[in-house]
Amino acid sequence: MDLKDKLVSSFLAFENNVDVDHPVHDIRSEAIKNFELKGFPDKKQEAWKYTSLNALKKIDFSIFPKQIDALEYKDVKRYFLHEIDTYKIVFIDGVYSSFLSETTHDGVDICLMSAALSKPMYKQIIDVYFNKVASKEESLTTLNTAFSKEGAYIYIPKNKVPKKPIEILHFATGNEATLLLQPRNLIIAEENAELQIIERHQSLTSNEILTNSVTEIFAAKNAIVDYYKVQNDLKNASLIDNTYISQKGSSTVKVHTFSFGGKLTRNNLNYYQNGEYIDSTMKGVTILGEKQHVDHHTLVHHREPNCESHQDYKGIYGEKSVGVFNGKIIVDKIAQKTNAFQQNNNILISDKATINTKPQLEIFADDVKCSHGCTIGQLDEEALFYLQTRGIPKKEAAALLMYAFANNVLESVRIPELKMRINKLIANKLGVQLGFDL
Amino acid sequence: MLKVNNLHAGVEGNEILNGINLEINPGEVHAIMGPNGSGKSTLASVIAGKEEFEITQGSIEFDGEDLEETSPEERAHKGIFLSFQYPVEIPGVSVTNFMKTAINESRKARGLEDMPANQMLKLIREKSELLEIDRKFLSRSLNEGFSGGEKKRNEIFQMAMLEPKLAILDETDSGLDIDALRIVANGVNKLRSKDNAILVITHYQRLLEYIVPDFVHVLHEGKIVKSGTKELALELEEKGYDWLKNESVV
Repeated sequence: MDLKDKLVSSFLAFENNVDVDHPVHDIRSEAIKNFELKGFPDKKQEAWKYTSLNALKKIDFSIFPKQIDALEYKDVKRYFLHEIDTYKIVFIDGVYSSFLSETTHDGVDICLMSAALSKPMYKQIIDVYFNKVASKEESLTTLNTAFSKEGAYIYIPKNKVPKKPIEILHFATGNEATLLLQPRNLIIAEENAELQIIERHQSLTSNEILTNSVTEIFAAKNAIVDYYKVQNDLKNASLIDNTYISQKGSSTVKVHTFSFGGKLTRNNLNYYQNGEYIDSTMKGVTILGEKQHVDHHTLVHHREPNCESHQDYKGIYGEKSVGVFNGKIIVDKIAQKTNAFQQNNNILISDKATINTKPQLEIFADDVKCSHGCTIGQLDEEALFYLQTRGIPKKEAAALLMYAFANNVLESVRIPELKMRINKLIANKLGVQLGFDL
Repeated sequence: MLKVNNLHAGVEGNEILNGINLEINPGEVHAIMGPNGSGKSTLASVIAGKEEFEITQGSIEFDGEDLEETSPEERAHKGIFLSFQYPVEIPGVSVTNFMKTAINESRKARGLEDMPANQMLKLIREKSELLEIDRKFLSRSLNEGFSGGEKKRNEIFQMAMLEPKLAILDETDSGLDIDALRIVANGVNKLRSKDNAILVITHYQRLLEYIVPDFVHVLHEGKIVKSGTKELALELEEKGYDWLKNESVV
């Protein structure tokens, strides 16, 4: 049986374990129909031209892990931003780990999707927000919707700011020979609310792991959301991240994506602007080697006047790695005075590495500022020479320059300890030994 | 210390240097002047080891050793320093961290341990005072957003930190106002000693009022067409380069 058939037939078993009378279940039932109709995307579709799921589709993924494993904090501590105090929502093989988590209901709700879907007190919010910005057409999103049950649920009421950043961590232990995970996150920041989230998917095994994640983010007027995705997984772990963001007037949502690992990573990052004076910012650093594959697909839909979007993605590709950047910007006729900027700069450090980069601009308004730029290059010879004349050997000089190239994306990271972590990850990934603390 | 013998060099078959002879001894300051495109910066880059240039004839010797097979970093370890006309910006790496890296790489090449942190700090403080550099400046990213003057001052600060035997200053005066020029020249003069040498490359005589050379050479079409003492620089300022171009033809 291929993976699609297996998933569709598993839906019946899944229904035994959820509340089929909840309105969300109607949404799930619709979604599985859509997935059954469309199946997995293939290379014939423009959006999947450079990323093939064929190899993953051949794997007989386990959908419902049987065994629950416990992890000791000391064994996984390094994956947390342990330098500072954080709220933590932690899952092990898709199952919530209360032991490793630190949730709260103190003025804000930082808890679980399963709780939000089952407790009456959340019903109204679920009715208003659940699956309202996520695509009802895109097949992988609908696959996730069909099986949506667990994930992070974060609700920040008007004028509230949580005391500390929130970490969402997913561990895969390898208890199952293969595992498909489908976390579903819902994040709501009401008027003037502000929050910071760090998300990480971490496999602890060489077994095949595939995560198909969907996150919906709603930012109301003046809300500020900082979302950091740390993608530094092991080499048999693949991730399809579908993030949908709905923004209202004067809100700011910044998503930073740091892609340093994993086998295949696809980031579908979609912004919908539903108000004026909105700031939508996407930043990315991608550093790959071996046969790693990372595909960034971004969409910003400018639907109101006077808004901004900023995209800055930098990539360094070595060995046989493959990078894809596809940035789509739609500016509706009504969206005058839009400022939309997009930049994608890449360095290839191996003859066998590939980058496919494509801006896609659909502009229907006439009074807008839109700019886009893609570069693919090697290291600047003059800069290399400069460092060498200071006594720094060529190899170290090259690493230092790549570090500098990637590093300036980090300026907008607002958690200093996280910035330091990412600095170190970049330095490690590039083999920079600078003889000083970064 | 430096012996350039009948040096011919160029890029992809285009010869830029056409037989340069130059000898610099410890304690000396030499100036190379010449019009744009005469090969001044090429000579500086070739001595520092830029791979883009091919040496087709002749040789460069440093302390009696032929440099032909020597990489730029090895030349730096031997004590050659090039102050760039256009220093490169390195975001995310502070001036201090960059200097630590450079100094410790040189020490590593000489088989020495890393410089202890307190000694490094002392050295940085001492040399930054010499060039009247603000402490805050040292934690900024290397050359990023620096003014022309700050970049040049930072080049001389690096020179002071690395204490080279031979410092080549390529158009160090370009882009400097008179105050910055004085500070930079002052810094260079304080680093002069009987053991090291300086090669100043410049288009104008102005810098040589502050860094007074022992010898002045005029470069034209890849050749030294006239050598003399510091008075030659003044003569050039008065008469311009055309006078020499004509003379070289004769």
